[in-house]
Amino acid sequence: MAGKASGERFDLIVVGSGPGGYVAAIRAAQLGMSVACVEADKLGGVCLNIGCIPTKALLTSAQLVNEMKEGERHGIMAKEVSFDLAPAQKRSRAVADQMNKGIAFLFKKNKVTHIQGFGRLMGEGKVEVEATDGTKTVHEASNIIVATGSRPRDLPVLTIDEDRIWSSTGALMQERAPDSLLIVGAGAIGMEFADVYASYGTRVTLVEALERILPLEDAEISKFMTRTYKKRGIEIHTSARFEKADIQADGVQVTFKDAKGEAHEVKVDYVLSAVGRVPNSEGLGLEAAGVKTDERGFIVVDGLMRTNVEGIYAIGDVAGHQLLAHKASHEGITCVEHIAGHGEGTVDYENVPNCTYCHPEVASVGLTEEQAKAKGFDIEVGKLPWVAIGRAVALGHADGFVKIIRDKKYSEILGAHIVGPSATELIAEFVVGRHLESTVEELEKAIHPHPTLSEGVSEGALAALGRPIHI
Amino acid sequence: MITKVHMEALSPTMEEGQLVKWHKGEGDAVSSGDILAEIETDKATMELVARGDGVLRKVILAEGGTAPVGDVIAVIAAPDEDISSAVGDAGGGAPAEGPQTAATSTPARPAKSENAGEAQARPASRGAQTTAAPPASSTDGGRRKASPLARRLAEDLGVDLALVQGSGPGGRIVKRDIEAAKEAGVTAPAPVGWTPDESEYEDVPVSQLRKTIAKRLVESIGPVPHFFLTVDVDMGRAVAARGSINAMLGQSGEKVSINDILLKAVAAALRKHPECNAQWHGGHIRRFNAVHLGVAVAVEDGLITPVIKNAHLKGISQIAREVRELAGRAREKKLMPDEYTGSTFSVSNLGMFGIHEFTAIINPPEAAILAVGGAEDTPVVVDGEVTVRPRMRVTMSCDHRVIDGAQGSRFLATLKAMLEEPTAIVV
Repeated sequence: MAGKASGERFDLIVVGSGPGGYVAAIRAAQLGMSVACVEADKLGGVCLNIGCIPTKALLTSAQLVNEMKEGERHGIMAKEVSFDLAPAQKRSRAVADQMNKGIAFLFKKNKVTHIQGFGRLMGEGKVEVEATDGTKTVHEASNIIVATGSRPRDLPVLTIDEDRIWSSTGALMQERAPDSLLIVGAGAIGMEFADVYASYGTRVTLVEALERILPLEDAEISKFMTRTYKKRGIEIHTSARFEKADIQADGVQVTFKDAKGEAHEVKVDYVLSAVGRVPNSEGLGLEAAGVKTDERGFIVVDGLMRTNVEGIYAIGDVAGHQLLAHKASHEGITCVEHIAGHGEGTVDYENVPNCTYCHPEVASVGLTEEQAKAKGFDIEVGKLPWVAIGRAVALGHADGFVKIIRDKKYSEILGAHIVGPSATELIAEFVVGRHLESTVEELEKAIHPHPTLSEGVSEGALAALGRPIHI
Repeated sequence: MITKVHMEALSPTMEEGQLVKWHKGEGDAVSSGDILAEIETDKATMELVARGDGVLRKVILAEGGTAPVGDVIAVIAAPDEDISSAVGDAGGGAPAEGPQTAATSTPARPAKSENAGEAQARPASRGAQTTAAPPASSTDGGRRKASPLARRLAEDLGVDLALVQGSGPGGRIVKRDIEAAKEAGVTAPAPVGWTPDESEYEDVPVSQLRKTIAKRLVESIGPVPHFFLTVDVDMGRAVAARGSINAMLGQSGEKVSINDILLKAVAAALRKHPECNAQWHGGHIRRFNAVHLGVAVAVEDGLITPVIKNAHLKGISQIAREVRELAGRAREKKLMPDEYTGSTFSVSNLGMFGIHEFTAIINPPEAAILAVGGAEDTPVVVDGEVTVRPRMRVTMSCDHRVIDGAQGSRFLATLKAMLEEPTAIVV
């Protein structure tokens, strides 16, 4: 144990600097605590570096590519236009780098101490940080937040090597769109990369184990996206069972069974495994500190993000619930405010929006129609197609709809589901409405500007009340 | 540069703090961010941090001392700077230090906003983590802060928003509060292992009147600090007076009751003790010259208090007529709103139910109510001899914000004297 330097003492040490950890660290600093944030990799975690942000950069490029393909209707004569993924990929890295530097700046501004290295809990308020050169320093804190996030899940029959078998990380690092790509898993990640690669000319096949793509969304959304993707030439297999990936010199020989049990053997250039994520809870010293995890490895916490060990908290993906950046940030804030004695309430896990940034975009909050019925609500469903909204038609993106599920008795906004232009932005209005416990009538009575996409919300509300004006 | 060290709001609800320990002494160098002292707030012991650089020149609040938030408790300055002006600003909690401290004009205080509090608070220990702000009030200038959904739910479930404590930001009433209120109010858990047979109980719907009663009574017993005064009254002469009055009224067919005489006596006594004929209005106490007597009347599904307006100007027989007329229409639910509002003092008589003695709940904003038991023949000692006298026990509930014990007692003494010698009523 020689050579272990003793470090500093803080009010709070946050292990991990993703959207949970860095937000928690800054909020704690605002509340007057002395804070250190330990990061083994780059500041910002998966979200900033190899997740949310760089994929959005690529998807923006992909959308432009698609717009260009239809440029003639805007008078852009670009028949001979060609597309190259490399500059788009470079731009996405530049975006990630810029955001990463932003966090370093915010840490400096808020006097958060950034400690580079792998953090490990040692119990009794001690955190050992192992730097890349192997030197170990032990820091101490009254409070420790574990915010180590998650990583892509490996299927036993599909081991990620980031060469032929990519995770989302590998998919982000390609400078050339291959001829063919098979994506296993049609959740948000699978759907987004299907969009990017299909836009740049790759023949994409989606293989999903559940009975529909975007299986967590409302069934009508899945149905709509299936139609849209098929029209774009993306091959979709649902209720499919992935069996084998045989890596060869020039590609991957893939075997899967479709819904009918028929075996498919296809040769593709690459495979993207997007079958979910697992918590980063090993090797953190959780056992040494006595912190409980569940059978899937997620750290067990209460509503205030407290683990079973006093002074140790966990937030974000490693603490379970929805594996979403915005959920992690909110848990971080809730956790820190309670530590400082300023807490008010807990995180409302029933009001966490889901966003998929494929084209058209998909976003939702609350219950699906099926869930609302299963819970015994007497519901009224309003569905507003975007063709009814002038701004959407002018934009040239009038595909999709807004679907609002209303409890008939009290008019509570039980769920909102959007597929279409700027869906991921528009969903926020429903989140606020639900947070303030607005009824559907409030959404309709609030005057929305014309002509905007936001009219999809007010008109959708009218549809849910059975009196739409424009359909 | 002089930096005044203020007692800071180290918790959102802190109004004053006690100085547990100074970490720096006079003459010690301090720099911004140094821990100056430990302060015990209403929640926990917190660290007070220096907001300036220099030397701790003057400690104004001694260890163990208490100061309100905003008061100057120490001064940081350069070693040779003149700090007399800063020390002079010290607030009430400071020990006298020269003639300057006599001036109690308060300096600009740091805002007690949540922001100010949180920017300065630093938990002194892990123990501080579980403190939570107390629930804020749900009322905002009379308006109940409630979400649209909560309002709908409340209306449908018959939950009175006025009785609900909001748990949302700023005390806003949200859905879960209504659900909790409904849960607490309507579906009280049955004893474990035993469910009453349906034939053993009857669920009686709550009428609008019953709802209003519930609301009003809870408003009363909650915020109104009650106390009770009881006195025994010898009713011998009042009973005799009733006999002669009724004999006089003989031909008219009218009759007066002991209660009518009591009401007249109450009105007359209140004229002599206007401090008991009063209402609490928050910023002021309103004392009435006129006596408008509320008379509690039992009706089928509750009670209502019709008002004998200007009772002090009316004769006993007129009071008797009005009581009978109003009570009759109260039972038929035909009272007009102006006939059951505006009372300045109330009387509730349960003597006819065989009640010997009870306490009544004040009807706000009135400040008192008189609970009257039945007149019963009771052995008492008069002039050293045990004798049987008709005695009646009355208990006055008083709002202590308006009426003090002595004031209430004096009123009761006057009332007792008037009932024991009814001619005093007309004097």
